[in-house]
This record gives sequence, C-alpha cells and structure tokens, in this order.
Amino acid sequence: MDRIGILGAGRVGTAIARSAIAAGYDVAIAASGAAADIELLVEVVAPGAKAMSASDAAAHGEVVVVAVPLHKFRSIPPTLLDGKVVVDTMNHWEPTDGHLDDVAGSPQGSSSIVQEHFAGARVVKTLNHIGYHFLEVDARAEGHPERRALGIAGDDEQAVQTVAEMIDRLGFDPVVTGALHTGTAFQPGTPIFGGHHDADALGAEAARHLDTTSLTGATRA
Amino acid sequence: MQIGAYSFGDTPLNDDGAPRSTAEAIRNLHEAIVHSDAVGLDYFAIGEHHTVSMPASSPGTVIAAAAAATKRIVLGSGASIIGTDDPVRVFQQFAIADAVSGGGRVEITAGRGSSVETFPLFGYDLRDYDDLYAQKLDLLMTINESTTEGVTWAGTVRPTLDDLAVVPRPVHGKLPIWLATGGNASSSVRAGRLGLPIAYGIIGGEPHRFAPLADLYRRSAAQAGHTGDDVKVSVGALGLIAPTKKEAMERFYPGWHNLNVEMGRLRGWAPPQRRAFEAQAQPGGAFYVGDPDEIAGRIVHLQQHMGHMRHFLQMDIGGLPQEHFLESLTLLATEVAPRVERLLA
Repeated sequence: MDRIGILGAGRVGTAIARSAIAAGYDVAIAASGAAADIELLVEVVAPGAKAMSASDAAAHGEVVVVAVPLHKFRSIPPTLLDGKVVVDTMNHWEPTDGHLDDVAGSPQGSSSIVQEHFAGARVVKTLNHIGYHFLEVDARAEGHPERRALGIAGDDEQAVQTVAEMIDRLGFDPVVTGALHTGTAFQPGTPIFGGHHDADALGAEAARHLDTTSLTGATRA
Repeated sequence: MQIGAYSFGDTPLNDDGAPRSTAEAIRNLHEAIVHSDAVGLDYFAIGEHHTVSMPASSPGTVIAAAAAATKRIVLGSGASIIGTDDPVRVFQQFAIADAVSGGGRVEITAGRGSSVETFPLFGYDLRDYDDLYAQKLDLLMTINESTTEGVTWAGTVRPTLDDLAVVPRPVHGKLPIWLATGGNASSSVRAGRLGLPIAYGIIGGEPHRFAPLADLYRRSAAQAGHTGDDVKVSVGALGLIAPTKKEAMERFYPGWHNLNVEMGRLRGWAPPQRRAFEAQAQPGGAFYVGDPDEIAGRIVHLQQHMGHMRHFLQMDIGGLPQEHFLESLTLLATEVAPRVERLLA
C-alpha cells in the first residue's frame, strides 16, 4: 500500500500527512473546499503532500484517513468511501463537538457510528489516542527499545492488517485489540488515551479494559 | 522584543486544596497587572474563561480597571471569545478602556479560547462555531475600520446595523486587533488573508514546530497583498521565572498538575506524569520554566524560528501562590527582558 488520502487538513490531518510523507507514502490531503483553498497551507505545513478536493483525495488513497472533527464526519458522503479501507482517527471531544447523543449513547464507541455511516467501507480505528504533535516526535524505527505502540481495532481482518502495516511504517508498534467495538479500550477516558505505552503495556491495558466491560457498557468488578 | 504575561484569572486555593473565592482571583489579577506596569513589563493579556478556577470572564472589564491604574503597559485580551459575544459590545468595552488608558495602550485579540463554556452559557450551538466566528470577526473589523461613529453591516448571526452609532471611538481611530490561534493551519491562513497580526498560543509540543505556521501566515498575507506593520507575530506560552531553575520547577509544578487533573477529568485524559512535565520544561520544550538566563536564551532561540515581536507567558495556573506570581513578573521584566534585548542586539 503506497497511497494515502487524508480527509481533514487541521492539526491532526496535517500531522498525519507529514508522518506519512516521511515514511515514503504518496499522500493527498483535502479540506471541505476546493484544492486551491489549501494549496499554500499544504505546501507549507505538509510539504510533499498534494492538495486535492475531498472526492479526489478519497479516490487517490488506497487507505483513506478521516481526520475531521467528529461532529463534521456526516458531511462526508458515504459513497465517497465505498470499498475503501478507512482509518477513523476521531474522538468524541465535548469541548469541540458538543454532546453528540448517538455517540454518547453507543457502548460500542464512536467508531461504530462512523462505520454505520460509511456502510460500504471497512473502518479501522487507530491514531486517535496520540497527541498530534507526538506523531513525529515519538516515531521510532522497528525494534527500537523505546518504540511506542498504537491500538488498532476493526471488523475486517484484511483491512486491519493493511492499517497495522501502515502504523508500523509510520514508526509505531501496532497492537490489534480486536473487532471495531474493542476500540473503546483506547478512547477518551481510558488509561491508554493520552498516555505513552509500549506494545506489551498497551496490550495489557486493553485486555484489562475489555475483560471488565461487556457490550452493554456495564463494568464488572 | 516585547515581553509580557497573560492570565485567565487563577482562583487561589486553601492548604487543603479547596478553592477560595473567584472575587479574590480577580483582585489578585488586578494587583498583578498593576505590579507588572510598575516593574516595566511591556504587555499583559487577559483570556476570557468562565470556570470556577479561571474566572476572568470579561477581559474588557479587567482591562478598563487596569487601564485606570497603570501608565505604560499595553493591555489586551488573550483572547476574547467573539463567537459567543456581541462584537458591538466587545468593541465598546475596549474603546472605553482605550479612552481610560489615555489612548493607544489597549488591543483586542479575537479567538475561541481553549474551551467552550460560553456556548451553553450564552445560548449558542457549537455546530455554528465556524459561521459565528467568521461573521463576528468581520463585524468587529468593520466597526474598527469605520472612520465615523456610524457603522453599517449585514449578516445572519446578529441584527443588521444601518448607519448606527457605535461609540466611543478609539483615541487614535482604530484599535489593534489580533487573531489568536492554537495551531490549526487554516487560522494562520485566515489571519494572513485578513492582514491581522497573529498570536500563537503554544501550550505543548516543541514551540519551534510552529515556525511553518508563521511562515504560512506571512506568505498568506503577502499573497493577499498585505505588507504593512500589521503583519506580525506574537507567542503566548506557559512558564514561570524564579531565581533558580529548581525553585521555578517546584513552584510551577503543583499548579500545572492541578490544571491537568481538572482538564483530564473534563476531556478523558489520563492524569499527567511528572516526567512529561520535566521534559517540556527543558530547552526546546513548551514550558518556559526556569531562571532568567535560561528563559531569556530560550525566548531568543524561538525568535530565530518564529520571528515574533512579543513573547508572553501564563504563569498563574492551578492555584499558584500570589507571591510567586508577582516575583515571576518582576524577574520577567527586570531580568529576562534586558537579557533578551542584549542577546538580540
């Protein structure tokens, strides 16, 4: 997999673009408007990436990364991502999103709502629990003793594998927690979220979280 | 380079950690601004927040009081959350403060701040954020640019103005209006296109990584044909100055920890680790916590990347004792600023 399309040219989208360029990917990035609107922006903050419209960036990517604020993802037409491997980097941030009823009420986490919207895509949750400025700073070569891990969750095994390879190439140990709903192990409010963990520690934390929660969201002591 | 401070107000704590009064926070803030002027600090900004721990809810009011009690210091908001306010009211408050100041010492910085208490407080929908901000910034600039008291403006987020008087006018005709940004690249583009000076709020990461954003800002400004004195950059960051590095770290850490525990509860972060704090307080990091020599050197280092003309620090967070705040302001003005000037000469 060589081509990544990124939807969202904010802090997260541009940071992912820089990391992907550094890892040798062919990267296209889009905001909500025309490519020309963000050409200068992309040239300066993600040099090497190509500014495109959302539909062109989605078409460009073998993997499409969605990095818009969660309350805006529904503005992306679902058909745009039909057949694609889609990386969901989004979190429910009440300070920016406000209270989103459907997300807050979903014991399977925000990514399940995203998967419902992009019904023809194979959604994989990752890159949501690392501060955007750490993406470049914490990247390490494979085998490095200080290599940080990122959680990965998705229902489609092949899609999960593709994304795991991408995470590895970006400089992080991929730790697959399981099906998409297991992404609740690394969403806001969990020890993994906003922390720094190596592969063993992240795996252990995820297992701890998943052992003590059921699908209804109730915690067992 | 101008050296300054900014604050959101900081409600003091009892020994048991219980908050004292928000009124006391405001009195401490006022005292700190008056003190800053007395020791020769160039700039003090007040950032609009509406929480029990950060209660400076009306920067214009704090600034008007400070304008009456100071002689030289430049006073600005950092930032005014204009999306959920009425730009007419914001402008009036700051124009009044400008008159009280004698003229030319008051600035407005428009932004969103780092939290969204104002949306439910003033009855706005977060989904309208982008539109509210864009239109209200446009109105604020329209009022500012007006050469007479009568203002005409039409939009959808607030009633039309048809040659209505918005008074008083600033002493020198216009107020400096800055745009605040936390690192989203499109804000740098917006400020550049509008030809507004830009203030970068750097609260984490490596400050020099904001250099491409400042570059983007300047190139956007040039592309839009703005070339004057208004194309300039300032940087706001966290920090604290003490006679020694060790004292600075010990004084700043408890408040930083308190703030992060509070933010963590709100936003789902794990509690912060001390070593993360220590790493950020080193040269190259985002926390300007140290002795005057170190901090002056780090400011100058950043200036080489950002080309900024003003560097201002937020020191009073999480219940910082007032005496540490005042001492830090003194050292900032009397020890850090002259060192910066010498290094840049």
